Amino acid sequence: MDSEQNVVKAELPKPAALQDTQRSEAAFSGEGAPVFDAKNVSIFYGSFRAVTDVSLTIYENEITAFIGPSGCGKTTVLRTLNRMNDLVPGARVDGAVDYRGASLYAPGVSATAVRRRIGMVFQKPNPFPKSIYDNVAYGPRINGERKKSRLDEIVERSLHQAALWDEVKNRLNASGLGLSGGQAQRLCIARTLAVEPDVVLMDEPCSALDPIATGKIEDLMHEIKSRYTIVIVTHNMQQATRVSDRTAFYSVLRDEKSDTRTGVLVEYGTTQQIFEDPHDTRTQAYVTGRMG
Amino acid sequence: MSAVTQVDPAIPAGSTRALEARRPLGDRSFHILALGCGLLVLVILVLIAITTSQQASSWFSAEGFKIFTNNWNPGANQFGALAFLYGTAITAVIALILAVPVSIGIALLLTEVVPRQWARPIVYVVDLLAVVPSVVWGLWGILVFAPWLQHIYTHIASGVSGVPVLGPLFGQPVDGASYFTAGIILAFMITPIVTSLSREVIATVPAIDKEGAYALGATRWEMIRGAVWPHSQGGVVGAVMLGLGRAMGETIAVALVIGSSPEITSHLFAPGYNMPSVIANQFGEATGVFRAGLMGLGVLLFVFTIIINMAARGIVERSARRHRGA
Amino acid sequence: MAVTAEPVKADLREPAGWRRTKSRIATALMVLSFVVVIIPLGFVLYTVIAKGASVVGWSFWTSGTIPPNVLPLGTGGMGAAILGTLEITALATVMAVPLGVLGAVYINEYGGKGALASVVRFMADVMTGVPSIVMGLFIFSIWVVHFGFSGLAGAFALGCLMLPIVIRSSEEMLKLVPNSLREGSYALGATKARVTLTVVLPAAIGGIVSGALLAVARAAGETAPLLFCILTVFTPNYNPFHGPDTALPLQIFSNASSPFVGAQGRGWGAALTLIAIAFILMIAARLITARFVRYSR
Repeated sequence: MDSEQNVVKAELPKPAALQDTQRSEAAFSGEGAPVFDAKNVSIFYGSFRAVTDVSLTIYENEITAFIGPSGCGKTTVLRTLNRMNDLVPGARVDGAVDYRGASLYAPGVSATAVRRRIGMVFQKPNPFPKSIYDNVAYGPRINGERKKSRLDEIVERSLHQAALWDEVKNRLNASGLGLSGGQAQRLCIARTLAVEPDVVLMDEPCSALDPIATGKIEDLMHEIKSRYTIVIVTHNMQQATRVSDRTAFYSVLRDEKSDTRTGVLVEYGTTQQIFEDPHDTRTQAYVTGRMG
Repeated sequence: MSAVTQVDPAIPAGSTRALEARRPLGDRSFHILALGCGLLVLVILVLIAITTSQQASSWFSAEGFKIFTNNWNPGANQFGALAFLYGTAITAVIALILAVPVSIGIALLLTEVVPRQWARPIVYVVDLLAVVPSVVWGLWGILVFAPWLQHIYTHIASGVSGVPVLGPLFGQPVDGASYFTAGIILAFMITPIVTSLSREVIATVPAIDKEGAYALGATRWEMIRGAVWPHSQGGVVGAVMLGLGRAMGETIAVALVIGSSPEITSHLFAPGYNMPSVIANQFGEATGVFRAGLMGLGVLLFVFTIIINMAARGIVERSARRHRGA
Repeated sequence: MAVTAEPVKADLREPAGWRRTKSRIATALMVLSFVVVIIPLGFVLYTVIAKGASVVGWSFWTSGTIPPNVLPLGTGGMGAAILGTLEITALATVMAVPLGVLGAVYINEYGGKGALASVVRFMADVMTGVPSIVMGLFIFSIWVVHFGFSGLAGAFALGCLMLPIVIRSSEEMLKLVPNSLREGSYALGATKARVTLTVVLPAAIGGIVSGALLAVARAAGETAPLLFCILTVFTPNYNPFHGPDTALPLQIFSNASSPFVGAQGRGWGAALTLIAIAFILMIAARLITARFVRYSR
């Protein structure tokens, strides 16, 4: 499936709407190592099948977007990647989810260890009611880092990566609750980056923010892409075209008999292909219905 | 490519071993510790039942069902406790009759009548009632309140003497300490809890029901009767039962103002006794079966209040659940 | 041809007589209920302050031995009782608060919707209604009978009284901590214990402390449990773990039934001291709630 969707570089004329000067064509010449491999994954809450038969591969150092109408399961799938669904009583995952070759759901795998490698940024910024410094230092501290000098270094580096350092460097002891929405979300990103994860999952990180704050976060995603693998759920298609390399389009399957709605992966390919040349009619309906 | 976190730098990212870990010891012991503390509640309740019954066993075996007779004479080794059960019941009933209308009135005042900013100070005042310790109520009760009440009792008693029902009920007082005084003080003490619980219950009535009544042109009282009361009556009954439990168990204030007389008299201005106050007053000098008897009264008190509290909480929870889903 | 019709006059007056009056009477009764409550409260506070103010003072609070009832005012004071109250209440707090908070942690963080957690929560509620005298009898039966009277026994009894109160108030505070904070901590790879200890408890600590202070105020004023656990002595006991002790409420109790004016006066002074302690704790609890309870943006 993946080889069919490999983009041929340079020949394709790009419609004006998709031009994005920040994306470097040369860097995107194929796929890196697979980071996540999902095969026939279905997710249940109790007996309710929330998502059915999802198979896709997420590649290293790319930004992958999950898009689709509400209720299509994109957040559910995202949370499966770092085992956050474990926190919901009755949640169950069928099928295989592999992370760099190792099964995420094998018995004996520690969800805590999983989450140290696969971080998550949430829809509504959730800074801890602690100081800015303590928010960012939280992750390293629970991993055992005690030395103040190391922690100072980590806090500064993470806040730089999250493009927040200049704004807060003089008030690291102020409460994290006192920041604006956009700043608080960048603080949460800094907090996530402080543990140096392998992957950063983002669940609609900008939906609670204004356009300027959104722009700052999209810029920072591009900055950190070379060091992390990012998967972002977004309901904003423009955002998907601005930031992502690959896009997965989910939709809702309605079962008339039992009147239930189940999420399903409709199409997955490079962002350019999904938006310019969608193969499935549902994809086409979704992306054209909102664009232009 | 980001570095693996500091915890295990040597393990390559791809191997499964890096992800495996047994649940760390600290996490599991914390869970067990928390569980233990939760179970402590149940353990203590069971222990209370067992140890106090043990201490009271000689009374139960000596008297058997005679404990329910009105025959309390430690000197002659007789320990029928009906007088105390009667006293407990009477003082609790008086307290409820006085406190419940007042508490519900305040609860309604807070939820339906006063604007938001006045509610806080009113609640503070009611909470202040609860802050006054039982012994201070008793001190004030016996040294100040009771002598003053004695005058009032005397007037009432002479006023109703000869009147069919009221006359025997309100006879001449010996002094201010009596069942009725104890009932009044208990009413002061249980008002905060009945008020606050009633208020919680009444506040859960959906605003939409109240607005519906008003929209039909109802006056405030009609709205309360039609929209608020049906919703909250279950919960308020539960609140009243909790007040009852509290009234039965209050010891020190009652011990000081009830008059300490282990006899049943039908008139309310006479001195009397109830279960907790006789235990408090006589435990010091009691030995043997006498002490076991007092302990046994404690066991009875425990059983009664547990039953009342369980029923009350059950009723409150059930009415809350019913209306949450509505 | 225009038909001139009389415009219908809307009757916008208040509902007729009796309905309106009934509602007004009801409202008046509600206000009256509140007034009925203020009167005895005011009366008690006024009396305690009036009669106690002339008695209390530095020497009253610090003098060691409590004089016999016959002695008039001015000699001696309640220092021993104050010491006893402070010792015993502090001991009870140190035992009941950590255990209570951990119990609340179990119910809210670990128990979830399970049956055991519901039972524990329900029985904790029920336990708050157990009369304090029963707690005293309990500790008497299980401890004093074997180990004698001591401040420690009194502390056990007060602790049993405080435990369910602390559990329920802490549980309410833990429920208020938004789940997004927990998720943020889990997502960084924290174990459940760490999430609770490093994020949830610190977030709820203001409310927990406030609730604990109210429980302490309640315990400090209790007499009945102490009657059976500490006996009553008249000299200060600096070792709460050994030997009978005394406390403010006990002294007030014994002085209240005394016919001697001196003893009664000392009783009022002790009552004023006790109310002041309870009052200070209550105000501290409210201040802490106002200042420190804030969980999210």
